[in-house]
Amino acid sequence: MQEFMQQVVSGIASGGVFASLALALVLIYNAMGLVNFAQGEMAMFATFIAFTLVDHGLSYWIAFPLTLVIAFAGGVLIQRIVIRPVERAPVLTLVIITLGLATLVNGAAGFLWGYIPRAFSSPFPVSTISIGGVVASLQDLGVIGVSAAVLVLIYLLLQHTTIGLSMRAAAHHPEASRLLGVRTSWMLALGWGLASAVGAVSGIMVAPVLLLEPNMMQSIIIYAFAAAVLGGIESPLGAVIGGVIVGVTVNLAGAYLPFVGGDLRLAVGLAIIVVVLILKPNGLLGRPSVRRV
Amino acid sequence: MLVVAIFFIGLPSVATNFQTFEWAEVLIFAIAIMGLNLLVGYSGQLSLGHGAFMALGAYTSAILIHRYHVDYLATIPAAGLLTGIVGFLFGIPALRLSALYLALATFALAVVTPSLIKRPVDLTKGTEGIVLRAPVPPFGLQMTSEVWLYFLTLGIAAVLFWLAWNLVRHRPGRALRALRDGEVAAAASGINVAGYKTLAFGISAFYAGVAGSLYGIATAYVSPDSFPVSLSILLLVGTVVGGLGTIPGPLLGGIASFFLPILSQQWVPTQTWIPAQVASAIEKAGPAVSYGALLIAIMIFAPNGGVGLIRAGYGILQGRLRAGDRGTGQAPPDAQTI
Repeated sequence: MQEFMQQVVSGIASGGVFASLALALVLIYNAMGLVNFAQGEMAMFATFIAFTLVDHGLSYWIAFPLTLVIAFAGGVLIQRIVIRPVERAPVLTLVIITLGLATLVNGAAGFLWGYIPRAFSSPFPVSTISIGGVVASLQDLGVIGVSAAVLVLIYLLLQHTTIGLSMRAAAHHPEASRLLGVRTSWMLALGWGLASAVGAVSGIMVAPVLLLEPNMMQSIIIYAFAAAVLGGIESPLGAVIGGVIVGVTVNLAGAYLPFVGGDLRLAVGLAIIVVVLILKPNGLLGRPSVRRV
Repeated sequence: MLVVAIFFIGLPSVATNFQTFEWAEVLIFAIAIMGLNLLVGYSGQLSLGHGAFMALGAYTSAILIHRYHVDYLATIPAAGLLTGIVGFLFGIPALRLSALYLALATFALAVVTPSLIKRPVDLTKGTEGIVLRAPVPPFGLQMTSEVWLYFLTLGIAAVLFWLAWNLVRHRPGRALRALRDGEVAAAASGINVAGYKTLAFGISAFYAGVAGSLYGIATAYVSPDSFPVSLSILLLVGTVVGGLGTIPGPLLGGIASFFLPILSQQWVPTQTWIPAQVASAIEKAGPAVSYGALLIAIMIFAPNGGVGLIRAGYGILQGRLRAGDRGTGQAPPDAQTI
């Protein structure tokens, strides 16, 4: 039982990582109806920036928010330069552009920092504490804490500030928002910036565990897709719930199902995606969409 | 059309063995892209996972040749058929997915494919891969293995292109295009949407399977790492860059898929208008950066791909020639309507 709870806690920690990246995906989907296939690579790039800052002597707790700001700026830039010219293009064009972006960012990271995996030191001590008989690592608890804090902040931003309201309005109904004085194009850019920053949290949280290298986020993004799809791709809360469920499920499957083992855990993520899309395409918290002729 | 035929038939006589082999790979890509084009361009279903189908075809052939000692020529249709059936079955749940979700699910499939291949180790030999012998020309024909391979691929490609062209010209093609442009309206007009969509998946997978099989035979080696997610992305890119929803598109797409990653690295240093430091930085950065940037640029400036550009150019030319007829200034219809 104890080991089970430990796997669950560890799964929740992974879930926090997946949830953050999934939230980024949801933010962009809500703004543009597009799944950003480059989200994982952007997160990885931001993590490398954090690594460089820490390497140059900055304390982790200064580098972390600074990286988020840089990631935010990067997201805005990408939206302005790459996405804005093709805002109204069909889905396929946008998908390929995000794929191209993913390739580009991955290659750029490889060029700037090389492909050798590096250790990314975690600010949380490696020790464990015991809560009611269950041993949980401080690393895991730290990840859960940070992810939760970021998610709560995003929630507060979107629901309880004027600018959050403007962003939601611009995503929901661009024409009406424009008439009400909302600068919709910049709201879109803000959305990308925010998504990029949230994705960066995901990358920074997972780097100590996975070792930092350009291909680090390629499996995480699959789990993030699973989380977003499970929660409902338009629902930020769904992304969080989905993330936790995916994290716990994948962990438990890896630990207790013999044929899954270590290498097929990603296939569990795929299986979740397929099953959810077949049984409940709108996810747990999504709303069914109406198709017009 | 004739020019293309002459070019391809005459190629081996002027090219080196290695170049002939390269062009055989171009044709293999073209076959896979033709399949993907039928799915994406004509039936409007987005698949980022066709590398997985190629892997299935390649491994089917490899296992049949290696384990069961089947003649390699016979394995090609077998691989295609098996992959086609799997694709058809895959198309059934895919019916319920909108374009974006389908892209997501197939992307996940493409990422997971290498690990799925590695699992059944006694069948697929895991990471070791399966080694095959180079194909020997039959009937004692006097040609090198590469040239024989090239003509084999050319023949199969020609047949498959002709089949696709016929499909598109007749009722199934019209049905596919109808449901691509407006599924609800198509269904209301009595088109069996589900049937045609799964059929499109099946046929498209068949093409990918044949291409995969040829790929395995050509390179004489299959391994899980021959089919990473970048292959699936490359196929989709080739489809769009060549020209979606057209028949000559996949041929251009095959050429682009093969040469784009190679050329994007080699092209930059030759451009004298790029400042030297920028050029050298790009060159050192590796193919991924230039490839990604080129991809984005193509999508922004020429989303209808090569065929679209050619058609647009032709349209402009026609407009200029018909100087006295300036009344209608209509642009040619948009080939990409997903």
